Amino acid sequence: MSDTTQSGPVLAADGTPLKRSLARALRMQKLRALMLVAPLLLFILLTFILPIADMLFRSVENRIVADTLPKTVVALQGWDANSGEAPDEAVYAALAADLIVAVEAKTHTRLGTRLNYEMTGISSLFRKSGRKVKKWDIAEDAPFKEKFVKIDKDWADPEVWRTIQTYSPKYTNGYFLNSIDMQKGVDGAEARPENQQIYITLFQRTMFMSLVITFSCIVLGYPVAWILANLPARSANLLMILVLLPFWTSLLVRTSAWKVMLQQQGVINDVLVWLGLVADDARLVMINNQFGTIVAMTHILLPFMILPMYSVMQTINPSYLRAAKSLGATNWTAFWRVYFPQSVPGIGAGSILVFILAIGYYITPEIVGGTKGVFISNRIAYHISSSLNWGLAAALGAILLVVVLILYWAYDKIVGIDNVKLG
Amino acid sequence: MADASNSDAFVEFERVQKSYDGETLVVKDLNLVMPKGEFLTMLGPSGSGKTTCLMMLAGFETATHGDIRLGGVSINNIPPHKRGIGMVFQNYALFPHMTIAENLSFPLEVRKMGKSEREQKVMRALDMVEMGAFGGRRPSQLSGGQQQRVALARALVFEPELVLMDEPLGALDKQLREKMQFEITDLAHRLGITVVYVTHDQTEALTMSDRVAVFDDGRIQQLAPPDQLYEEPENSFVAQFIGENNTLEGTVKEITNGQAVVQLDDGELIDCKPVNVSQPGERTRVSIRPERVEYNKERLQEGAHTLKAEVLEFIYMGDIFRTRLRVAGNDEFIIKTRNAPDQTRLKPGQQIEIGWLPEDCRALDA
Repeated sequence: MSDTTQSGPVLAADGTPLKRSLARALRMQKLRALMLVAPLLLFILLTFILPIADMLFRSVENRIVADTLPKTVVALQGWDANSGEAPDEAVYAALAADLIVAVEAKTHTRLGTRLNYEMTGISSLFRKSGRKVKKWDIAEDAPFKEKFVKIDKDWADPEVWRTIQTYSPKYTNGYFLNSIDMQKGVDGAEARPENQQIYITLFQRTMFMSLVITFSCIVLGYPVAWILANLPARSANLLMILVLLPFWTSLLVRTSAWKVMLQQQGVINDVLVWLGLVADDARLVMINNQFGTIVAMTHILLPFMILPMYSVMQTINPSYLRAAKSLGATNWTAFWRVYFPQSVPGIGAGSILVFILAIGYYITPEIVGGTKGVFISNRIAYHISSSLNWGLAAALGAILLVVVLILYWAYDKIVGIDNVKLG
Repeated sequence: MADASNSDAFVEFERVQKSYDGETLVVKDLNLVMPKGEFLTMLGPSGSGKTTCLMMLAGFETATHGDIRLGGVSINNIPPHKRGIGMVFQNYALFPHMTIAENLSFPLEVRKMGKSEREQKVMRALDMVEMGAFGGRRPSQLSGGQQQRVALARALVFEPELVLMDEPLGALDKQLREKMQFEITDLAHRLGITVVYVTHDQTEALTMSDRVAVFDDGRIQQLAPPDQLYEEPENSFVAQFIGENNTLEGTVKEITNGQAVVQLDDGELIDCKPVNVSQPGERTRVSIRPERVEYNKERLQEGAHTLKAEVLEFIYMGDIFRTRLRVAGNDEFIIKTRNAPDQTRLKPGQQIEIGWLPEDCRALDA
């Protein structure tokens, strides 16, 4: 629509390009604005962006092997992992030298723990060896091969050496392979044995259940938001308090309440049995499974759906519905063709909010999910706080982040992100 | 007032009452008969019940009591979408997620009309309001006046016999409003549709309507053509509400041969036409239009009563002179005179005598 026929930049009165003099004029204003947000920016940078960057970095970082066993890593470069034989004396000598230093610095157990993620048993191997190696002298006690094998015959196992070799580079894709149920095999990446596959299933379940929860929230929340938006202000405020009431109660209390409600000896089952709808010996299993997680999380996330829907619906003038009816539309047509399309931005905003919250939810599935109803986030939490495999946790988190970004992108393509309104 | 058996009645309100809270009546005993093709305006201050009447006619409010008939059929229990009444809303209510053409097509789609017929009618309706080139735009891309035209076209596209308009020009600036007033009346007469128009702007009511119903306090105070409404107001409310008006208070002295003499509160006597007064001794408010007041004695009737007046202010307004006087203790007495070459320009402080024809001065209820 603008006039594009003019060529060259527009000049200000003093002959400088208009854009530049405008930028100069606005610079002070921009600086002042920046100063105002600077504290928050700094806070977010230090407490949010940097830790996330650090976590993402951990998902590929693997310096510990090269740092703890520098000589061994170099010596191992010549060894062919597919030969089926343990490496030669030079490698063992390097290992002895590295371990003596490592034991001094007490870093060998950490390395053992790290390698144990990839091959069970290495942790104890390093621990046991560390105690013995402490007393060795690098100049006099050679050769070391037999000595190591004497400590533990696993040192003669090519698999151990292969694991050390595979994880000797400073960066690895091992955590990511692990996150998608694969591992580094003899010939590059390969699928894990069937009984060790867990993460793909968990990712799929997390996606699926988050979608179900989002959809349930839309179905349950839409009528509530509609009523809220159409009631007179006084009663709407009262209802609003009821919607917000859950926020005043601890999340744990609400989730535990669902445990009371849903368990086999719980309120709902008792009522159903009392009504005779369910036999006493066939009580419904509604908790520690997917059903329990979906019910509890739908309840907990419902306000996040209702609020954006409500604020969007509030802006829809009731005269649109009247206009539609005066033009001959039935109540349903008026709603579906006129009201609903205008409320879609609210549904979009609520859905994005609920879906993203759901996909990373942790406490509720932990309490009511059992084994069949846990999310990927529970696994991440496990690796962060129990198994201490932060690299794997970081890789899982990174994948989750990417999935959310992809979905966000897809939403933008299909619905359009400018179609999202919070009011 | 209303005759329910009126044969050419198209829209009828019979003893209609409306209450929202069960305690007060917003509309008290409304009776109204409209023939086909009439342009009727409901005029009144806010809260007078005019919009409620319109909403009852459209079907968005139900009458608490009474009967509303359209073409002889009671429509009390017919839902809005089956009434087939076109409506133009105050904020236009154009669907923001549809283009202009889709907006116009909507009433035809819900009537299950074929595609080609729909497109033809939409085009014709848009051309009618000179908006043919805008079919592909969204309402938000149009100016207020253009949206107004589209809203009008949408209310007319399905060819309703009755169209309701709820202050449709309220959001437009003055010039555009005057232009649209003309266009709406022109269109209504060309298409022969019946229009009920609600406004609180008396100029709009006077210039557009065949008849005006002046609402106040839930009742129709007067239902008359614009000229009659202006020149022969039936009570003080209408006299005050329509146009500019001078009011003097007094007591009726005598009534003879359809002419009354009123003694003003400061003792002076004036001639006037008794409208709402029947016997001497009654309190009355006398109403005179500013342009009917005469201060040139030669133009007054023989033996007419005159009043002394002092000029307080003289305002030059281009086409007219507007002079504020003190008359019988009233400091807000206005007279208007046409700007003509021989017209005398009064000066503040000047003492003059004013008078008028008895029929221009109406003695109304106190």
